[in-house]
Amino acid sequence: MPLLEVSDLTIQLPTRRGLVQAVRHVGFALERGATLGLIGESGCGKSLTALALMGLLPEQAWVSGSIRLDGQELLGLSERRLCALRGNRMAMVFQEPMTALNPLHGIGRQVAEPLRLHLGLGRRAAQARAVELLERVGIAQAAQRFGEYPHQFSGGQRQRITIAMALACGPDLLIADEPTTALDVTVQQQILALLQELVAEHSMALVLISHDLGVIAQNAEQLLVMYGGSVVESGMTEAVFRQRAHPYTRGLFAARPQMLPAAARPPGHLPTIAGTVPELADLPAGCPFAGRCAFTAQACFAQAPAPRLLQVPAGPAPASLAFWRQPHVVRCLRDEAIHAGAPVTTP
Amino acid sequence: MSATQNLATGAALLKVTALQRTYQLPRASLWRPAAQLHALRGVSFALQAGRSLGVVGESGSGKSTLARLVMALDTPTAGSVELLGQDLHRLGSQQLRAARRHFQMVFQDPYASLDPRMRVERIVAEPLAHLGPPDAPAGREAVRALVQATLEQVGLRARDLDKYPHEFSGGQRQRIAIARALVTRPRLIVADEPVSALDVSVQAQVLNLMQDLQRELGLSYLFISHDLAVVQHLCDEVIVLHQGEIVERGAPHKLFHAPGHPYTQALVRAVPRLPGHIF
Repeated sequence: MPLLEVSDLTIQLPTRRGLVQAVRHVGFALERGATLGLIGESGCGKSLTALALMGLLPEQAWVSGSIRLDGQELLGLSERRLCALRGNRMAMVFQEPMTALNPLHGIGRQVAEPLRLHLGLGRRAAQARAVELLERVGIAQAAQRFGEYPHQFSGGQRQRITIAMALACGPDLLIADEPTTALDVTVQQQILALLQELVAEHSMALVLISHDLGVIAQNAEQLLVMYGGSVVESGMTEAVFRQRAHPYTRGLFAARPQMLPAAARPPGHLPTIAGTVPELADLPAGCPFAGRCAFTAQACFAQAPAPRLLQVPAGPAPASLAFWRQPHVVRCLRDEAIHAGAPVTTP
Repeated sequence: MSATQNLATGAALLKVTALQRTYQLPRASLWRPAAQLHALRGVSFALQAGRSLGVVGESGSGKSTLARLVMALDTPTAGSVELLGQDLHRLGSQQLRAARRHFQMVFQDPYASLDPRMRVERIVAEPLAHLGPPDAPAGREAVRALVQATLEQVGLRARDLDKYPHEFSGGQRQRIAIARALVTRPRLIVADEPVSALDVSVQAQVLNLMQDLQRELGLSYLFISHDLAVVQHLCDEVIVLHQGEIVERGAPHKLFHAPGHPYTQALVRAVPRLPGHIF
């Protein structure tokens, strides 16, 4: 049984223009020790999906579907039961460590808090464990710096501290929402490497949310590409990035400037995706990408595309069963669109 | 005009010479002298008209200090910034104000850099208020016409004049910020991470716009970014800043593919790669 099973997750939010669907029928399964990437642009629903997993959606949100952690249904749990899970069985790392940390409390106390709350450790025991955790995430002289405040640390160190907080109770599921977007590239690399080590060490499942294709390519073996609240393409990262079956996936890829040597550098304009992301209330009833897509047909506006299986990962069974769980699926009605993406030769 | 003559003879549009900036840190103790932070330690470069110079480096490398000094928003400890042959930091306040029309800035966050209580027309027209009488358009109608023409240049419409910033998406807001920079017809635009807050597809649109404007208007960009791929796409030359010093410079495609300095190598190595993107 996978650790996390999400099916048919739909989130509706009240707006001035009535109830809008911000997340539409999202589903995936995630094994322990595996990393799932969520990729998409602002407003695509990736952060709302993460908040739904943590039970942190705004109160006015209407949620339906199912989120199962280790077989236990999370939707509909009381706030008290959720509190017992959050920070304990599942934890989250946010984009901006300075807002995730309390500036008025010493960092050690903040790392120790979940230990005292969830594991009932005494002050001394919690402190000793917090020092170990801080050392594990790479804060040097953790015992000496235990009482220092967040502003005394650099951005990368602060993100290490929030990771230590998230790890404190040994969660099964870690959700990282743009954990390195506020950091420099070299620090980003260190933080992502740390997350990978910890996932392997504790055989946690990691949901990694990013708008950066490169970050997902290097850190998640499976991914969901989201647009307008829907998963438009999903599968093993390698297969999705090679084939780019959905026109939106292809558009995202093409829009990214590449670091090609001068000889191979295509001159002039970057290819762009026509138009802009519509407001949630204006999304077409069918495919959310209809209208912006060069392959749009009349049917695209009316009919939500059913998931289509492109390919089950070939070759010998991989080491982890999790690798089998993500067949390459695309939601697109247009054969030409999918076909046009098929033969991508890697130079 | 002497400035134009200088350009005709091939002098650089922007010339930065041995630029230094030192900040005093708060005293750690009453009895010890205050520590100093050397944000820039003697940076020199030149930028020709119509060209783009990228500045890369990490937080704390001095990128933003450099931008503030080039924009004359801060005074250097030593060294000079010459634009069109004038040393900006030796000008009187009247002259500096007059010179500002030649260099404008675009900031990173289009949500923070536009006043939410002003309509687009007023935001974009703001730099005009500081121009002297011969250059400033006379009368409200002339200003409105100029702002409208500038908005159209950046791909916005005349009816956007009377809207407020919150009615626009991030990419459109950055277009407004670019229009505000363009309205005085500057020669140089200092852009501090202008696309890093934008989504990938929007980023491509804004980069294309910046390229088009450069071609049409002969602008020069001082383009500050941590994103090497973006810098390579837009810039003819790049300088790598590390701890306030230029450690390496050159054409981006050469520099990023055969970095010489260990710091440049570390920067290049840290860029997450996409499958299929050769390097």
